[in-house]
Amino acid sequence: MRRLLNARPRGGGRLLLGLLPIAILVLLYLVASQARHAENPRDKILPTPAAMAESMEIMALQEDPRTGEIPLVADTKASLTRLGIAVGAAAATTLVLGLSIGLLPYARAGLGPLVATISVIPPIAVLPILFIVFGLGETAKIVLIFVGITPFMVRDLASHVAAIPEEQIVKAQTLGASTWLVALQVALPQAMPRLIDSLRFSLGPAWVFLISAEAIASDVGLGYRIFLVRRYLAMDIILPYVAWISLLAVIIDLLLLTWSRTAFRWAHAPGGRR
Amino acid sequence: MTPVLSFRNVWVEYGDHVVLEKVSLDVAPGAFVSIVGPSGAGKSTFLRLALGQEAPSRGEILLDGQPIPAEPGPDRGVVFQRYSVFPHMTVLQNVMFGARCDQAPLTGLLMGAARRQAKAEAVAILEQVGLSASLKAFPRALSGGMQQRLAIAQALITKPRILLLDEPFGALDPGVRLDMHELITGLWREHGLTILMVTHDIKEAFKLGTRVIAVDKRRHDPHAPHRFGSTAVYDFPLDDKQKAAIPKEIAAMTSGA
Repeated sequence: MRRLLNARPRGGGRLLLGLLPIAILVLLYLVASQARHAENPRDKILPTPAAMAESMEIMALQEDPRTGEIPLVADTKASLTRLGIAVGAAAATTLVLGLSIGLLPYARAGLGPLVATISVIPPIAVLPILFIVFGLGETAKIVLIFVGITPFMVRDLASHVAAIPEEQIVKAQTLGASTWLVALQVALPQAMPRLIDSLRFSLGPAWVFLISAEAIASDVGLGYRIFLVRRYLAMDIILPYVAWISLLAVIIDLLLLTWSRTAFRWAHAPGGRR
Repeated sequence: MTPVLSFRNVWVEYGDHVVLEKVSLDVAPGAFVSIVGPSGAGKSTFLRLALGQEAPSRGEILLDGQPIPAEPGPDRGVVFQRYSVFPHMTVLQNVMFGARCDQAPLTGLLMGAARRQAKAEAVAILEQVGLSASLKAFPRALSGGMQQRLAIAQALITKPRILLLDEPFGALDPGVRLDMHELITGLWREHGLTILMVTHDIKEAFKLGTRVIAVDKRRHDPHAPHRFGSTAVYDFPLDDKQKAAIPKEIAAMTSGA
């Protein structure tokens, strides 16, 4: 008998194995929902798939007479805009600061401690400050996401850049590269796959900060909607919204991975562990 | 003839830890100097000094009679044992990097005629090192020997005054190492290179060099081993006949290293 740690699922079996726990969870939900509705046909806690579809038809296909917009579309647009601006700004800041701190001893001495200090502040704790300083508009929400993910990404990228072998940096200089060219042609291309990786990890926290900010002060957005309908115990809207958010997160993650694989082919070993 | 590289009474000390002491050495143009010595004797410190990665605490180092700049530059090429090629560039891009730095200091990108010329030069030198079949490959796809061939081609493209080799073949299989010996000897003759090579392989040192310098401590205090530094204890200019016989004192010094 082979050891368990050497037994590997292959091909279709692997896919099936991955789907199995999901199927079991869905089945459990259906059974539980059925049971509750048998007892109380007006149960709101575990809505049936039919009830969810009915509610989502209103949210996703019909215009809100008050705003003239389809709620799901408006919410998605607002949330993704906030997320996109914040994550984009975080990535740009990370590139500049991470490359500087990773490459330049003076930047490391000057900025390292500051970034390390900021990164231990719990971002949600500064949310009141952000609301006071930036008001209740878009800026505070975007800044919260930015403040929440940037310090971690900067530290991660800086340590990755600092770990580029000294030999490479010296070699580049013996080929005539200036500080600028070492940064642009040697460090930046090698930092990009790592930056994308760290973006993928940071998107989880980014969603948390987005939804927190929207829950507290907003009039549109996926997080706002969930917390709004919570007052009416509208699980038939909350659950599909959560599923939609998860789907968006998965799609963004896949897009980032595909970008990294196509643009930075050298960084992805064929048949490697990833 | 002005020596390409000279060390004038060079000392390297960290506090009271002496690594090198009283090193004086002239490397003549066209020489192939091998530096051997036991582990920890400070062989690699020679290269770090010549590269400008480290500054001597006393004495001076001259390149063509001028004090060397205190940082690496295109006048001194280098091949390390590992990590001297860029993993994110193809073979061709790796070799063209020198031209890109030289001609496009702002973007590192070449266009039009300049690009075509740099490419032609790179292809020519890659042909000489036997890599013309893998121009588009990334270094990860190359064997260790091929990566070192690439590192050599990359260093030669800027036509350095002196080529510094730091255990360049140390990580290679014996058979591959023999091929590399042939390659580097051929390139040295053809391009009229001046080479300073650090190695722990004594046979390699004698086979390739026109001059072998052994580095070790001349004095040793068992109670304070760091008090005395290494220096050039033997200096053998070689002609072809002498290459066969390795002097006993050197063989003894590095046996077991």
